[in-house]
Amino acid sequence: MSYDKFTTLTSPAVPLPIENIDTDQIIPARFLKAVERKGFGDNLFRDWRYDNSNQPIAGFPLNQSKYSGKILVGGKNFGSGSSREHAAWAIYDYGFRVVVSSFFADIFQGNALNNGILPVVVSPGYLEKIFAAIEADNHAEFEVDLQNQKFTIKSSGESSGFTINPYKKHCLTHGLDDIDYLISMKAEIAAFEEK
Amino acid sequence: MEAKTLFDKIWDAHVVKEVDGGPSVLYIDQHLIHEVTSPVAFLGLEKRGLKVLRPEKTVATPDHNVPTINQHLSIKDELSRNQVEMLKKNCANHGIVYHGLGSDGHGVVHIIGPEMGLTQPGMTIVCGDSHTSTHGAFGAIAFGIGTSEVEMVFASQCIMQPKPKKMLISVNGQLNKGVTAKDIALYVIAQISTSGGTGHFVEFAGSAIESLTMEGRMTLCNMSIECGARGGMIAPDQTTFDYVKGRQFAPRGESWDKALAYWKTLKSDADAVFDTVYEYDASNIEPMITFGTNPGMGIGISQNVPDSNKLTGSDKLTYEKSLKYMGYDQGDKMIGKLIDYVFVGSCTNGRIEDFRSFAQFVKGKQKADNVTAWIVPGSRAVEKQIIAEGLVEILNAAGFELRQPGCSACLAMNDDKIPEGKYSVSTSNRNFEGRQGPGARTLLASPLTAAAAAVTGRITDPREFLAP
Repeated sequence: MSYDKFTTLTSPAVPLPIENIDTDQIIPARFLKAVERKGFGDNLFRDWRYDNSNQPIAGFPLNQSKYSGKILVGGKNFGSGSSREHAAWAIYDYGFRVVVSSFFADIFQGNALNNGILPVVVSPGYLEKIFAAIEADNHAEFEVDLQNQKFTIKSSGESSGFTINPYKKHCLTHGLDDIDYLISMKAEIAAFEEK
Repeated sequence: MEAKTLFDKIWDAHVVKEVDGGPSVLYIDQHLIHEVTSPVAFLGLEKRGLKVLRPEKTVATPDHNVPTINQHLSIKDELSRNQVEMLKKNCANHGIVYHGLGSDGHGVVHIIGPEMGLTQPGMTIVCGDSHTSTHGAFGAIAFGIGTSEVEMVFASQCIMQPKPKKMLISVNGQLNKGVTAKDIALYVIAQISTSGGTGHFVEFAGSAIESLTMEGRMTLCNMSIECGARGGMIAPDQTTFDYVKGRQFAPRGESWDKALAYWKTLKSDADAVFDTVYEYDASNIEPMITFGTNPGMGIGISQNVPDSNKLTGSDKLTYEKSLKYMGYDQGDKMIGKLIDYVFVGSCTNGRIEDFRSFAQFVKGKQKADNVTAWIVPGSRAVEKQIIAEGLVEILNAAGFELRQPGCSACLAMNDDKIPEGKYSVSTSNRNFEGRQGPGARTLLASPLTAAAAAVTGRITDPREFLAP
């Protein structure tokens, strides 16, 4: 799957200060019936975003025009549950490129990286500061610098480093995916099978 | 020689290459696919002009979307039907064995793999489904993957994976009456939380684990993903070998002897080091039930809903949001609460032993009038065995009907949806908000606890009905 190269992003952020946001909330199972990868953003957080009669629920951050941007900030243990990559597709399709949390579930983190979304892990304390900065100014900007692995709250200038596997960093920076790499290994894989 | 864990032994034997500063290229022995997470991977493959590299190592079945009644008719829901037909077509194009609806091999993907003997000790097994961890019960490395990774396996029979840390969870001692593998799973998750296993692969060990049947071991490993772990596994032993022997795809003759000799080496060395270790006493575990909206929110059935006094900040808010969704208050007694639905089935508890345990419990009793029960076998083979063993007569006499195999109300992708606000005692694996249908309230439990609820219409301690 091709996606845009990721270098540096400066953007406001949308806060979702809830813990254990599972993939059934990110995209409920009944919306997994497509056979192509398109339109999943419409159903991102469907049951938190819309009521029974498909009317937007006013209090949900995605429905509040004061919040915008390409960065989603969630509570700890973001993305737990199902392996559905549709969760990452929905987040990307909606327009987010970065998800920040103090803790990500493993499969979601892998799926995000395979789809051009950068998961940024920060300390619980720093996460609270991000939420506070958005609360103080809904348009507050944040800078995500992948090259230097640094997340910055622009209003205060306070930064937090984050880790990323060097290989995945290379893939994100160049918009590459693992499949190209694996296909190039055909001979080595055949040799392994002979053993 | 360096001491190795069971996980290390299997992992190391499957590394094709270590990428500098990156994940390992891991060879996959068995790839299982279903209708929901495969179509986009097939599309991607075709865009690259590629065919599935090893179709003979790939097996397909539709399970997530399928109806559990009238399976001989065309699937009514257009999108579901399209997804199932797409899987069939993709399998035909790529030479993959497809166990379609109504065929002898049909069933939930994690139920049919072990049944057919496709799941064997020492293997690497993946599927675009987080409950692939089920197969770890055989001493295999088995874990769920995303659709991009499904495409990787199609294209190269490999995936790129960073090596996880290793966790040992030991449960020793004798299990109490009425306590099953499902209760061990819910107990462990309640102890370490839904993120306690993140970054790790778990090995379950100890005398209580060794005493479990293969069905019980599968239930436990199935739920290992719910503590955040990539997967769970149990060292293969005589129980494992006896289960595998003679199954359709199990090795035979000389190949069996050779395989068995290798399988017997698959255990953690005595001095192997784990990154994280937990030990539990089996006698502390009672039948479990969940009261909240993640599988870590479980308690012994005789206990009350914990209060949030010790929690602060977003922990407290999240906890209170969860109780509000469930319609419960702090300090509530769980026993005696009214319920509306009972679901027995899924890759967690959809095997023959689960239906034996449920049927034995309800024998001579009657389903409570306020309860709607969905009894859904995990596969055609399980369905046939339920009939062959005469369990269906017991179920019918007690007011229960047997449905046809599929994932069903576990994730409610088909028509088996719990209505908004209703309480469902479910043998499945997740009690997330809306998991069993928008607004549905799920209480996870064992088939035994589900049976007690089904005949009383309330949350009931199954031990009340069991002989001492």
